[in-house]
Amino acid sequence: MASVQINDVRKSFGGFEVLHGVTVPIEDGAFVVLVGPSGCGKSTLLRMLAGLENITSGTIAIGDRVVNNVQPKERDIAMVFQNYALYPHMTVAQNMGFSLKLRNAEQADITTRVKKAADILDLTPLLDRYPRQLSGGQRQRVAMGRAIVRDPQVFLFDEPLSNLDAKLRVAMRTEIKELHQRLKTTTVYVTHDQIEAMTMADKIVVMHDGIVEQMGSPLELYDRPDNQFVAGFIGSPAMNFLNGHLRSNGQLYVETENGSKLPIASAPPGSDGRAVVYGVRPEHLDLASDGIEAEVAVVEPTGSETQIVSRIGTQEIIAVFRDRHQVQPGDKIHLRPRADVAHLFDKDTGRRL
Amino acid sequence: MTTIQTSMPARAVHADTRPLWDRLRTNRNWLALWFMLPAAAFLILFLAYPLGLGIWMSFTDERIGRTGVFVGLENYEWLWSDSIFWLSVFNTLLYTIIASAIKFAIGLYLALLLNRHMPFKAMIRAIVLIPFIVPTVLSAIAFWWIYDAQFSIISWSLIKLGLITQNINFLGDTDWARASVIFANIWRGVPFVAITLLAGLQTVSPSLYEAATLDGATDWQRFRYITYPLLTPIIAVVMTFSVLFTFTDFQLVWALTRGGPVNATHLMATLSYQRGILSGRLGEGAAIATAMIPFLLAAIAISWFGMQRRKWQQGSDND
Repeated sequence: MASVQINDVRKSFGGFEVLHGVTVPIEDGAFVVLVGPSGCGKSTLLRMLAGLENITSGTIAIGDRVVNNVQPKERDIAMVFQNYALYPHMTVAQNMGFSLKLRNAEQADITTRVKKAADILDLTPLLDRYPRQLSGGQRQRVAMGRAIVRDPQVFLFDEPLSNLDAKLRVAMRTEIKELHQRLKTTTVYVTHDQIEAMTMADKIVVMHDGIVEQMGSPLELYDRPDNQFVAGFIGSPAMNFLNGHLRSNGQLYVETENGSKLPIASAPPGSDGRAVVYGVRPEHLDLASDGIEAEVAVVEPTGSETQIVSRIGTQEIIAVFRDRHQVQPGDKIHLRPRADVAHLFDKDTGRRL
Repeated sequence: MTTIQTSMPARAVHADTRPLWDRLRTNRNWLALWFMLPAAAFLILFLAYPLGLGIWMSFTDERIGRTGVFVGLENYEWLWSDSIFWLSVFNTLLYTIIASAIKFAIGLYLALLLNRHMPFKAMIRAIVLIPFIVPTVLSAIAFWWIYDAQFSIISWSLIKLGLITQNINFLGDTDWARASVIFANIWRGVPFVAITLLAGLQTVSPSLYEAATLDGATDWQRFRYITYPLLTPIIAVVMTFSVLFTFTDFQLVWALTRGGPVNATHLMATLSYQRGILSGRLGEGAAIATAMIPFLLAAIAISWFGMQRRKWQQGSDND
């Protein structure tokens, strides 16, 4: 096990810079998730950590050793690929033991270690099968087994669950997290799925357009997003954003274009009249008799909760209720945001106020 | 070809009431037969019939201008004690084994090279194909000049470089002649092997190489444990074809040496032509040609059983 220090790392392909100075400290034994929309540079960063891409500038250190010029095989890392990258001509056992074989380990030693990893992952009955004889979930587990067998300093996962169906994805999510709790190996996990990030991570690194937007624990990101991007990315359904102007003469509220008053608990002093974006999560809206008036557009029941999409003037707002309110499209409802958990962002910079 | 199933038995029963011709026209089984007929006729007329005729002829004493009489194995008995025939068998095996092995080695090397990122990749790939698309006889004539006893550009260059003092007798000396025809065959056959193997290489997922790199494989180990095993199905096919084409080669040798000097480059195919067509002894020529069949079957059998061993490959989903 080892810590990982990613320090002001940049990456250019040709003249085009895709990572603009990324710094991420990763503690020993942590489960860190790099999350962001496609093209944000998260996979590139992971591949640089693995040694599959060169580092244009900045440093990456694993443990105390800067690995910029260290060959991938000497970095003592193991990676699980999105398409699993299992060797189709080798059995499960051979796939898992391949790295040990390349190191000229004793056959007996290889067998023991493969067996041990297979036990952890319930792969023992499958050891003699070929990858094509396995289901998607089993292949996924073999790919993890191949990583575990090596007992590396750091595990790298590159969107490992995106090829699985929804149900299996949830199950594997739990399995990977359990595995990490058991092995306590430092893990860097790349995904575009914020739910995966929220459920699995000790620390989430939200990336966007080659920079780190924010890092922190899942609940920190949920409760105090640094900017509008993170606020919109973390949480499902996404946070509602309403444009308006801050009013702080006497009463503190945000006034929308159509005159609705949105309550807010606190605001930086001296910002009366400032153009702001008011953010409120769908789960922080209550049905009330005196809230903002909205017209219901769509009602989406999911069983455990109901999502109501409605319109305030031209702006759309989504609310989620656990209670089964009887509302129909076209109904007028009144929504009251909870002031203490509402967020304010600067209209121009998107920064949290 | 009975794999087409009657998926609509109800309709077949219904069709019984219609005239025969209508039924033949619309019944799915018959329809399949009609569609196969042109191809089948083509294959029977141009492949099965000549093959059968050739084998039959090898049991007769047919000559040009005279219908043969069945003579049993007499042609083969003749050949058994014919040292020139055995020399041609030796030449053919030598030619096939050496040329195929070198074509495989160079072809694989070129394929690996062309599979890398390099400038002008598309153009280089096109250039590699040139020997393959030039008509064989044209390239043979070019080689004939290159190997000419008096005007050979190779001899000329080597003399100018001061490495030799007199022209090499490429096509006049037995060893040189064998080497020369083998070289020409390799030159012509490499592109086929290289391009086919390149196509095979491109089906190997790059992430397998990345996984192997992280697993600690060196360049050689990546080739040995990933590329080579994944390429074996393609290698088996391409080498089977390469061996078959080389074994039955005729044009190149005939245009360059006509089997000479002193039969040193006579292959079974050229000997068969010389005896059967030029000398007019069709029966004997057919017997030589027929004698090639066991060798070809053996080559096919080897690659067939080689392919059967790969359990990982069987089945449909292989992603």
